[in-house]
Amino acid sequence: MNRIKLLLILTWLLVLALGYRPVFSLNTCVECHKALDEKNSAIVEDFKKDVHFQRGLSCNSCHGGNPKIGMENPWESMNPDQGFVGVPKTSEVPQFCGRCHSDVEFMRKYNPKLRVDQEQLYKTSVHGKLLRKGDKKVATCISCHGVHKILPVSDPNSPVFDVNVPHTCANCHANTSYMQPYKIPHDQFEKYSQSVHGEILLKNRDRSAPACNDCHGNHGATPPGLGDIASACGECHSNNRDLFDSSPHKQAFKENGFPECATCHDYHLVMKTSDDMLGVGDKTVCSQCHFDSESKPYRTAFQLKAKLDSLKNSIRLAQNLVEKAEKAGVDVAKAKFELNLAKDDVIKIQSLIHSLSLERVAEVATEGMNKAQVVQQSGKEALFDLKLRRIGLGGSAVIILILAFGLYLKIKDLDSRSKLK
Amino acid sequence: MKIDNRLRQIYQWLDERTDLKKVQALLLHKTVPQHKHTVWYYLGGMTLFLFTVQVVTGILLLLYYRPSAEQAFESVQFIMTEVKFGWLVRSIHSWSANLMIFTVFLHLFSVFFLKAYRKPRELTWISGAFLFFISLGFGFTGYLLPWNKLAYFATKVGTEIAGVIPLIGGFLLDFLRGGTEVSGATLTRFFAFHVAVLPMTVTLILVLHLYLVQKHGMSRPLNDSTLRPLPDMPFFPNFFLRDVLGWTLALGILVALASIFPWELGEKADPLAPAPAGIKPEWYFVFMFQTLKFLPAKILFMEGELAGILFFTVLFILLIFVPFLDKKANLGVSSKPFVTVGWMVVAFILIMTLLGYLL
Amino acid sequence: MEQKSSQHLSRRGFINLLLSGGGAALLGAIVYPMLRFLIPPKLPEATSSTVVAGNLDEVPPNSGKIFRFGDKAGILIRTPTGEFKAFSATCTHLSCTVQYRSDISHIWCACHNGHYDVNGKNISGPPPRPLEEFTVFVRGKEIVVAKKIA
Repeated sequence: MNRIKLLLILTWLLVLALGYRPVFSLNTCVECHKALDEKNSAIVEDFKKDVHFQRGLSCNSCHGGNPKIGMENPWESMNPDQGFVGVPKTSEVPQFCGRCHSDVEFMRKYNPKLRVDQEQLYKTSVHGKLLRKGDKKVATCISCHGVHKILPVSDPNSPVFDVNVPHTCANCHANTSYMQPYKIPHDQFEKYSQSVHGEILLKNRDRSAPACNDCHGNHGATPPGLGDIASACGECHSNNRDLFDSSPHKQAFKENGFPECATCHDYHLVMKTSDDMLGVGDKTVCSQCHFDSESKPYRTAFQLKAKLDSLKNSIRLAQNLVEKAEKAGVDVAKAKFELNLAKDDVIKIQSLIHSLSLERVAEVATEGMNKAQVVQQSGKEALFDLKLRRIGLGGSAVIILILAFGLYLKIKDLDSRSKLK
Repeated sequence: MKIDNRLRQIYQWLDERTDLKKVQALLLHKTVPQHKHTVWYYLGGMTLFLFTVQVVTGILLLLYYRPSAEQAFESVQFIMTEVKFGWLVRSIHSWSANLMIFTVFLHLFSVFFLKAYRKPRELTWISGAFLFFISLGFGFTGYLLPWNKLAYFATKVGTEIAGVIPLIGGFLLDFLRGGTEVSGATLTRFFAFHVAVLPMTVTLILVLHLYLVQKHGMSRPLNDSTLRPLPDMPFFPNFFLRDVLGWTLALGILVALASIFPWELGEKADPLAPAPAGIKPEWYFVFMFQTLKFLPAKILFMEGELAGILFFTVLFILLIFVPFLDKKANLGVSSKPFVTVGWMVVAFILIMTLLGYLL
Repeated sequence: MEQKSSQHLSRRGFINLLLSGGGAALLGAIVYPMLRFLIPPKLPEATSSTVVAGNLDEVPPNSGKIFRFGDKAGILIRTPTGEFKAFSATCTHLSCTVQYRSDISHIWCACHNGHYDVNGKNISGPPPRPLEEFTVFVRGKEIVVAKKIA
């Protein structure tokens, strides 16, 4: 009796073990396609890595048909009577995937957190609209996600993993001849790779920087409108967006049709900002519009830059003092700590510039100057400490020389006396 | 006068119990030969003075130093920045250590060329040779203690060399490092050597060395027609005061070096960081380091590095046995080949050290 | 003869004065730094790995305090539930010093309106990653913060 029980348990465990590992158990699709040409056998191999297969789906889950029959005659299993749908046309791909991915009830079984609006969003996208018009060159689901080797977004090998997104988009968008009929630029990838965002994402592989989809949307991929640019950038740079919204530029840009943030920072080629962009010199962004030296904006630009520069100057002075003391071996940890607080104000001003408010910038600049003053003071004190060391050295040198001189005289004296003897 | 009486009483009391008079007589009768090489007699005393500075500053540093990978660097930083005059004490310790190694080298070679090791001073030489090795040991172990990047990697390379020795190399490496890698365990080990094992050994040998020096008195150079000996100088007070004058000036130099060029602390050692470029041991090891670098991968049947280590080991053993090898010196004759070899060694050390810094 | 001897004596007197004076001064110059070295400094510990961030009564629940950790800033906060937490106060975006906002119970960076929650996690604005967290101990009335050992 016990033996039978044991056997039952073992059998059950075996079933469990087998059941948890996805296996093709006698599958007509697999058996046939494996035996066909290279392309077909590759599909079978690829699909083993596919997330759908990993989660227990098989060929017929998408393509229909009955894999349990037709070992003798494959057309039996690939019969529309068995629900076989075959390969979807390009124009049908979104609906094809959407059969499951737009089904809340169905998707909940696999991943309740996964969104189900991709198909809807796609329809609103430029890609989706063109597809509906019959353009077969545009991107569908499989253009970005792959076909039979679809990996989860979180997989670093997935073409839609953050770091890979720019390359994936560039496959089409950086292709001159492919883009030619659409009459849109094809240098976005090149520009993006040089931008501060591209640098961080592509070179440092730091996923906190935005890829294409973070501004253009994922499935609803559309270029932001002129008035929406600040919203796109403001997703992360919310402070600067709010400041910009409160500034006179907001209205002026709207009236003149300027693309908000991109007016000064460019789009795609968003470079690391520099204080040289500010003020009234030839190369500043302000001077692109404000070149009349009598105008109020011109003077404001000048004064904003002056405030920033004077703060930076007094920080530089303080820093020089501190570094000098540090090199000489004085403990300057506290001064460096205070210096960092003053440096905060430079960064605050660099952000506050977006408000164009001289008053607000001046207030922070004064705060920062005061902090830098404190550091300058402690730097001077540290250097004084060093001077004390020198004084100490001088003092001890005098003592030592006096003693040495005394010893020298004593030796002379002794020698002369021993000679007298 | 009353005080004088009192002092005399104390003196008498002490003399009855310790033979103070004999010591005094010994000092008063001790003389120093005067000739054109007399200057070399000061080096021993100078080394002793610098050693005393090391003991005093070393004990002071011990009050704040913490021998662990987590705290060693921080505690030295603490000494340098928070403790009053800590920067001075630590800088003097480092500078004095280097000056001492330098005077040890000079002392060794001056004694060698003056042939002061001949009978009856063989043991003085041998004890001196061991003091020389121990000084190098002090330098090697002390270098790691601040636990900074340069010292860490220099120690890594330095101990690796020990690992090349056949049979015992592996054991030696583990023994020195306290594990397979240079780590906190190495630090505590080096610390133990630096403040306990080596000081104890050095004290014993130093006492023997100084006793022998007093017993045999100063050696005279071999009879050389170019030497015109002057009347002997009393050790006390004439020579001794000259010694004191030298020490006073040395102290002045130490303080000046420590104040003007405070010994840098560098960056904290990070065992996971890649080795920085241009790792060099302390300057007194550079000639050995550089020689090992020059050797080809294979010499005859053994590895180049091993051959180099063997070479230096033999050299050091020969150094110990110098008094027995130079038989002519005992007969009062200068041995030409011996002097030549001596100068070759000096030239070798100088050139290799120079190359080590230039290349 | 008499004169010569007295001259001699004054010369020797001068030398002895130099020697005793110089010797005493040098002794002082050696002993003074040594004594000062022996007196423990105000901060009794090397400060790099731990620091006293403040006193218990300085940080009531739902408040924060900036403290100095070497040459960097740290932030000690007490969550609304009374728990102590400490982080590096250096914003992970552009290295400004962050502060605690009692009104929203967030750690907040004024430079670019970056928000972190009370666990130091970046939740809004430009900060790309969480703040480095420190370990907090309460020792008597003192709150001690230590770097986490990796």
